[in-house]
Amino acid sequence: MASEAPTATEYVTHHLTNFAIGEGVWTLHVDTLFFSWLTGLLFVVVFWIGARAATAGVPGKLQNFVEVLVEWVDESVKESFHGPREFVGPLALTIFVWVLLWNFLDLIPVDWVPVFAYHVLGFEYTRIVPSADVNAPFALSISVFLLIIVYSIKGKGVLGFGKELLTHPFGSFPLLVPFNIILNAVELIAKPVSLALRLFGNLYAAELIFVLIALLPAWIQFVPGGAWAIFHILVVPLQAFIFMTLTIVYLSLAYEKH
Amino acid sequence: MQISLGTMIAQGITFFIFIYVTMKFVWPPIMKAMAERREKIADGLAAAERGKTDLEAANARVDELVREARDQAMEIVEQANRRASGIVEEAKADGQRERERQLTAARAEIDQAISRARDELRGQVAAIAVTSAEKILAREIDASRHRDILDQLAAQI
Repeated sequence: MASEAPTATEYVTHHLTNFAIGEGVWTLHVDTLFFSWLTGLLFVVVFWIGARAATAGVPGKLQNFVEVLVEWVDESVKESFHGPREFVGPLALTIFVWVLLWNFLDLIPVDWVPVFAYHVLGFEYTRIVPSADVNAPFALSISVFLLIIVYSIKGKGVLGFGKELLTHPFGSFPLLVPFNIILNAVELIAKPVSLALRLFGNLYAAELIFVLIALLPAWIQFVPGGAWAIFHILVVPLQAFIFMTLTIVYLSLAYEKH
Repeated sequence: MQISLGTMIAQGITFFIFIYVTMKFVWPPIMKAMAERREKIADGLAAAERGKTDLEAANARVDELVREARDQAMEIVEQANRRASGIVEEAKADGQRERERQLTAARAEIDQAISRARDELRGQVAAIAVTSAEKILAREIDASRHRDILDQLAAQI
């Protein structure tokens, strides 16, 4: 959008650049934050309205909608996590709906919001899909990682967790302890990394393909664009669901004694 | 792909805020409402079940009452029949007795009348006989000749 007739490379690069404030690692991706907060607020407000006047009698349409999701998430949590669900349930619900809304932003035609932001608000760069910015998935997965540690300690105690780190899976023979530690560290770190990169990779690739499709002549765009969007409708809830389910599984693995 | 710690931290904090809000304001009321509804439905089903059993019990009771009433009615009718025939028998017996009584009374009266008539007749006959005898004697008796007998009689009176 910067110049009048960007080359294909410029166009793609432009679309993959965040609206950033600051330098280095402390840069803030304002667009990612704005759209994730927007979707998060949408989630929280809608669900809060639905739950506020929750009645045991005949539920309204919004309450019904909220109930369906809450019950479904609760069942999903119940299946694998055998502990108190007061926190894990809301956690799973937040992850699912929030990631789902993030991913849905990918279905908004790639040029609409950036063009609007550029011409009306004067923003040079705008990326609207938080899950296609690696920082947002990692923010979630690192939070989940911290929760894994918290739940490991909650479930097994500090000593139990430490003992598991030192003696699992090869055994308590002293020579094996370093191998145990290395393996457990890899296992622990692999969880948030794979969790975040799976979501990020899927959405980033999808966004890139939408951007590439946008480079095609206008009269043919809708054919591959439509096809990819329809396929993407499958990916959107699937990735949200995978993120939620894996979070639950990781937490239950952390919480349960072996 | 640019790593931005600031974005990550801000996102993480936002994440926990949203979890907190969900945990405080969304999850509990929905769970509570659903649990209450589940309970209400369970209660309703139990009440329906209870109603059914109650109805069955009531039906059985009604049947029993009807049967009892029928038995009672039959008994009453039977009793009434017995009573009626008893009354008829009694009345018959009464009539019979009354007839006997009246018959006896009538007979006694007749007998009495007969004996009274006979007595009267006898008296009359005697009177007639005496009168006849008087007449015969009046013609036969000579007062002077039978003075002594007459005197004797008078003396005895």
